[in-house]
Amino acid sequence: MKKLAIAVAAVALLAGACSANDEASTSPSSGGPAVPSPAGSSATGTLTVFAAASLTESFNELGKEFEAAHPGVTVKFDYEGSSALVQKLDNGAKADVFASADQANMDKAVQGGVIDGQPTVFATNKLAIAVAKGNPKGIKTFADLNKAGLTVVVCAQQVPCGSATKKVEDNTHVTLKPASEETDVKQVLAKVQSGDADAGLVYVTDATSAADKVDKVDFPESSGAINNYPIAVVKDAPQAALAKEFNDFVLGAQGKAELTKIGFGPAQ
Amino acid sequence: MARPPHSRVPLVLWIPAVVALALVVLPVVGLLVRSDVARFPSLLISESSLAALKLSLITALLSTVACVILGVPLAVVLARSRVRGTRLLRSIVLLPLVLPPVVGGLALLYLLGRKGFLGILINALTGQQVPFTTAAVVIAQTFVAMPFLVVSLEGALRGSGDRYEQVASTLGARPWTVFRRVTLPLLLPALGSGVVLSFARALGEFGATITFAGSLEGVTRTLPLEVYTQAEVDVDSAVALALLLIVVAIVVIAVARPRSFEGGFR
Repeated sequence: MKKLAIAVAAVALLAGACSANDEASTSPSSGGPAVPSPAGSSATGTLTVFAAASLTESFNELGKEFEAAHPGVTVKFDYEGSSALVQKLDNGAKADVFASADQANMDKAVQGGVIDGQPTVFATNKLAIAVAKGNPKGIKTFADLNKAGLTVVVCAQQVPCGSATKKVEDNTHVTLKPASEETDVKQVLAKVQSGDADAGLVYVTDATSAADKVDKVDFPESSGAINNYPIAVVKDAPQAALAKEFNDFVLGAQGKAELTKIGFGPAQ
Repeated sequence: MARPPHSRVPLVLWIPAVVALALVVLPVVGLLVRSDVARFPSLLISESSLAALKLSLITALLSTVACVILGVPLAVVLARSRVRGTRLLRSIVLLPLVLPPVVGGLALLYLLGRKGFLGILINALTGQQVPFTTAAVVIAQTFVAMPFLVVSLEGALRGSGDRYEQVASTLGARPWTVFRRVTLPLLLPALGSGVVLSFARALGEFGATITFAGSLEGVTRTLPLEVYTQAEVDVDSAVALALLLIVVAIVVIAVARPRSFEGGFR
């Protein structure tokens, strides 16, 4: 009997979790009337932003600034790989803004019919080599990564940082022999931080935001593989007006300042 | 050993039982519905999926062997030894079951990685690094799969009691003889199910592997990692691979099922 009670409780919990989820996903659209705020914004409520994992540090800051300028607004972020975010949107996830780490995934979202209007490129990123503090292995150039006895970790070609890596390899005719191809640039960084890899190819921005744990080695060939970061408002966004404002905010002066601080390049 | 005459299951248990079954079966059905069956053959025989399948089967087999070599003695110690602290030991052994696999991977990295104390020792003795090798995959899989074997065996040993062993020793059998002639035969049915469970768990291992061993085709990229990598660009291919993984797991369980599997959990 006790077991049955536990089972029933578990099922009830499951059911409760599901219904709570439903509420959460429907409430933004049925949110109260738009109340103009002193800062001139047109709405209050929760803004959901799907952003590429590499935007974590800069968008966290931008979110705080946006909230400060829009009283009554909370910005929530979901940071993941761009393709995972596109898949979520395709499967009906509710979001207001989508910021991708590459054009290919934004194109997929546009083709999937989940984007409202035209995406705009708001930043660019390029690769850098992350090495242990003090650069004990003396890595100075991209070709140095092929030195014997080095453990090098890169991104898999299937993800944006990996396709950029491939492009640099093609341009320089240097073929790397990585110990591992990670599916996430942060995993590459983690393996350099833990000391298990001597060097890893990451974005300039990742190396910059982890400056207290790794050193960054810039190399000129990286400018041959620039990644564009497009941003767009999601179709049927629960907070369409706010979404548009956040979009413009990222594209505006404040957004540019915050993104530059962490190493992003200007849109070209 | 004879089963009791057919007993009826209370009706009230059927409803949650059906819900429970649906919770397992329906997601797989969802995967099937979503899949592009026409493209299956071409998706599955790509070089990288075959490499991943081969690596998965080899590493899962090796880690199952490791589970048996290490797990059988551990289960016997836990079930039979009267040393103080075995209760605590038992809960520690179960740790990999409840730890998030990524945490397991990190723990392995901090032990066997280049800066881990055992890793430093191994590097000094052999000049080898453990992470990013196939051996690391096997270690990660053994780490997460072994509790399944130990739990099945220990449960069977406790369930059967130690009367036979006591009789054998009063008749003058040495401990090793008792283990070989009495304990081991008692274990056999449960060993079957434990082996299947740990093989299946090793086959599905993901988090500890990607964290500790990395992901490189033919070396460390097992089938679950290949699914994850493929999902970044081609969901159809990831779904096809996922179904392949499910088929392999079901085949493993079905093939190894004879009596032993059902006998294990009485």
